[in-house]
Amino acid sequence: MQASRLPRYVDIVLIPVLNLLTALFVAGIIIAIIGENPFTALSVMLKGAFVYKGGLGYTLFYTTNFIFTGLAVAVAFHAMLFNIGGEGQAAMGGLGIGLVAISLGSYLPVIIVIFLAILGSALFGAIWGVIPGYLQAKRGSHIVITTIMFNFIASAILVWLLAGMLMAPNQMSPETVSFSDGVALWQFHEIFNKLGFDVGRSPLNLSFVIALICCLLVWLLIWRTRLGYRIRATGFSLKASAYAGYRPETIIIVTMAISGGLAGMMAVNEILGVQHRVILNFTSGYGFTGIAVALMGRNHPVGIIFASLLFGALFQGGAELDFEFQAITRDMVLMIQGLIILFSGALAYMFNPALEKLFLRNELMMRPKND
Amino acid sequence: MNIENSKQNGDFKSPFAVEIKNINKSFGPVQANKEISLNVSGGTIHGIIGENGAGKSTLMSILYGFYQPDSGEIKVHGKLAYFKQPSDALRLGIGMVHQHFMLVPNFTALENIVLGAEGKTGLYKGLQNARKKLEKLKQAYGLEVELDSLTENLPVGIQQRIEILKALYRGARVLILDEPTGVLTPLETEQLFEILLALKSEGVTILLITHKLHEIMAITDEVSVMRQGKMVANTLTKHTSPEMLAEQMVGRSVLVNNKYELQSIGKVALSVEQLGVVDKRGFDSLKNATFDLHAGEILGIAGIAGNGQSELLSVLSGITQPSRGFFKIEEHLFDAKKNPNPRLMRQLGVSHVPEDRHSEGLVLQFQAFESVILGYENNKKLGNGFFTNPDTIQAYCSQLQEAFDVRPQNPRLYSSQFSGGNQQKLVLSREISSTPKILLVGQPTRGVDIGAIEFIHKTLIGMRNNGCAILLVSVELEEILSLSDRILVMNSGEIMGIVPKITATKAMLGKMMAGIPIEEAKEDKK
Repeated sequence: MQASRLPRYVDIVLIPVLNLLTALFVAGIIIAIIGENPFTALSVMLKGAFVYKGGLGYTLFYTTNFIFTGLAVAVAFHAMLFNIGGEGQAAMGGLGIGLVAISLGSYLPVIIVIFLAILGSALFGAIWGVIPGYLQAKRGSHIVITTIMFNFIASAILVWLLAGMLMAPNQMSPETVSFSDGVALWQFHEIFNKLGFDVGRSPLNLSFVIALICCLLVWLLIWRTRLGYRIRATGFSLKASAYAGYRPETIIIVTMAISGGLAGMMAVNEILGVQHRVILNFTSGYGFTGIAVALMGRNHPVGIIFASLLFGALFQGGAELDFEFQAITRDMVLMIQGLIILFSGALAYMFNPALEKLFLRNELMMRPKND
Repeated sequence: MNIENSKQNGDFKSPFAVEIKNINKSFGPVQANKEISLNVSGGTIHGIIGENGAGKSTLMSILYGFYQPDSGEIKVHGKLAYFKQPSDALRLGIGMVHQHFMLVPNFTALENIVLGAEGKTGLYKGLQNARKKLEKLKQAYGLEVELDSLTENLPVGIQQRIEILKALYRGARVLILDEPTGVLTPLETEQLFEILLALKSEGVTILLITHKLHEIMAITDEVSVMRQGKMVANTLTKHTSPEMLAEQMVGRSVLVNNKYELQSIGKVALSVEQLGVVDKRGFDSLKNATFDLHAGEILGIAGIAGNGQSELLSVLSGITQPSRGFFKIEEHLFDAKKNPNPRLMRQLGVSHVPEDRHSEGLVLQFQAFESVILGYENNKKLGNGFFTNPDTIQAYCSQLQEAFDVRPQNPRLYSSQFSGGNQQKLVLSREISSTPKILLVGQPTRGVDIGAIEFIHKTLIGMRNNGCAILLVSVELEEILSLSDRILVMNSGEIMGIVPKITATKAMLGKMMAGIPIEEAKEDKK
């Protein structure tokens, strides 16, 4: 990463906004081609995501998933590790919650079960991150390959267990029994309704708060702790890390544990927050989208919150689009997401040269006045 | 050689092979070349000398077509030339020999030379033609190379010849050599100079970029001095002197070769016994090193780069593990079983200024205040418990920057944004502020400007006078000679001998560096 010659606000605000607008512009053209009005579509999408009853709740619910998986990718990236395994780690996290909730649910107080279940999700996710981490550190297997493979393994394990040992009796779907009463995180609409506000039903639950706390913790870890310092030093330069005596192998394993744990906690939102039982495929691609979220959020928790919000709004608003327009299908929404990833990820620096020219020229013109 | 070219250019009959007029080149706000003009007479060796960052490399990159100037013009043999890419420059007969060779290690010499000029379909015929042409070139200039050897098996001196042949094969009549002697033994350097003289006698024009004053004096006909992006002097070599050139390079008078007083030596701080390192390829990179390092002395390690000095530094600093033998610091003994590690070594009072400040000594993407705690981030003073306090660290960094005159004095600047000398001062400040008992120093002044060199040398001497034991590895013989109390010479992983500074001569050390044992090297002297 070279130090940019642009002012900070350009780097952090202007460029992402420009990239987003470009993506929306191109998406608009495509919507126009298939014969719908792009402006109407945009307004339906925005209303769906933020205005309609329950819309904001759903948006923030999806946001929560993206924050967890985005943070997971970001933490690993600070050690220059590309964790593609968010999907599998989240699935294993779900399994962790299920095991804790089902086995302890009827013996311990609800609060303690919930607490242990959250720990279980992080622990199982962490284990699923540590194994590829270990293989990379000690055996030199590339983490991208192993984490991808571990996604498949996790998914297969879940199918095996949910259609076998853990399958609820007397029914035909691959899922566990429901958790005992109360083993669930409070949903916001219930809380608000009790307080007397009329809020639309949505799955938004306390996990959102946990996600925000994780953002703060990740920020502290990366930029305010000795461990974070070592992670970043190792990420930037393996040689410097060896020189300083950090043992890159240990750093890789620890980082993958933290990263996997964060991805695993995504299951808290889906399983403990909404489903209250373990089902198949609850990760539905959030782990992969986390990569785009981290990329767009520049691996910084604040950036990740905004990027997650964007993707959450796209998810929810996209569902609304699908619902309202005949010509626009779910795939169309996926395409818009793809465009955003393309313009803010792959082409993230497309506008840099032009902006640099613009700003440096201004600077040169200013200089004689200042001297 | 390239008859077409000489014919084409023959019509113009300019006395200058290359004329550069009023070249300007900026990188963002930094102006690397300001109004540079330079005339290079055909068939001469023209030296270009200047500190790091003076703009030599930029100018040469413009000349061989890698960069385009913002303004100004270049004439080759009297003819105006525009280069969009290096191949354009090559077409007009300008070839570059890079400091870091651009060779494919597992190609043969011949394959490397024809790379990119293989001719059309079918390699065989092209290679046969090339072989004939190369035999002629080899004979004409004494460029002896075994064309069928694998490049990676050849010594660096020969690899350099391959680079030169590459340029000549493509018809170069003007050769630019960027710091060509940096990696060579004294003998190889001599051979290179013979080749350069042979090339010159055949009418090839040579531009020699270097920062070594004695090379300029030894071989060039004319010399140009650059300073801060400007051309400050242009003279015939016989009309100048090393002192004058040094003054022109820095813009004030400096002591080129400061001799420092000898100091009385204290007790043994580090003792090394039969120490050996086997690297990953199973190659003995350090063999049976045995020596003592005393408090209050500087033990200089002389040798051509890559003869085991780096391995010695990295095993003593705890980065790599010894394979054989042991070393001892006070009562602590480290061998293949009881491994050292950098953290433990720091606790024992061993500091290490690594050879490569870009990849080891600093994290370039870190801000200065982050880089100055590399390896010391555990220090209790830098925060409480698990957390670090950026304000404390920044204050600490400012303090170090002030003490070591690091410019600009800004802890928030990225490590990559400092000049070579200031980066080195940052590393040095970090390693010295822990008040080490033993200081391991690798290439302290590589790529560092003369002003900073003086400062770094004085700092090292100051440390020695305070009783620190210093192990100094440097490929600059001058530096070793001026700083060390004793000089240890290494060749292919082995210690050739230890010479007290008083009896050491350059000639003798040079022979030992080339692998001649100390006894013979001494006898030869007489």
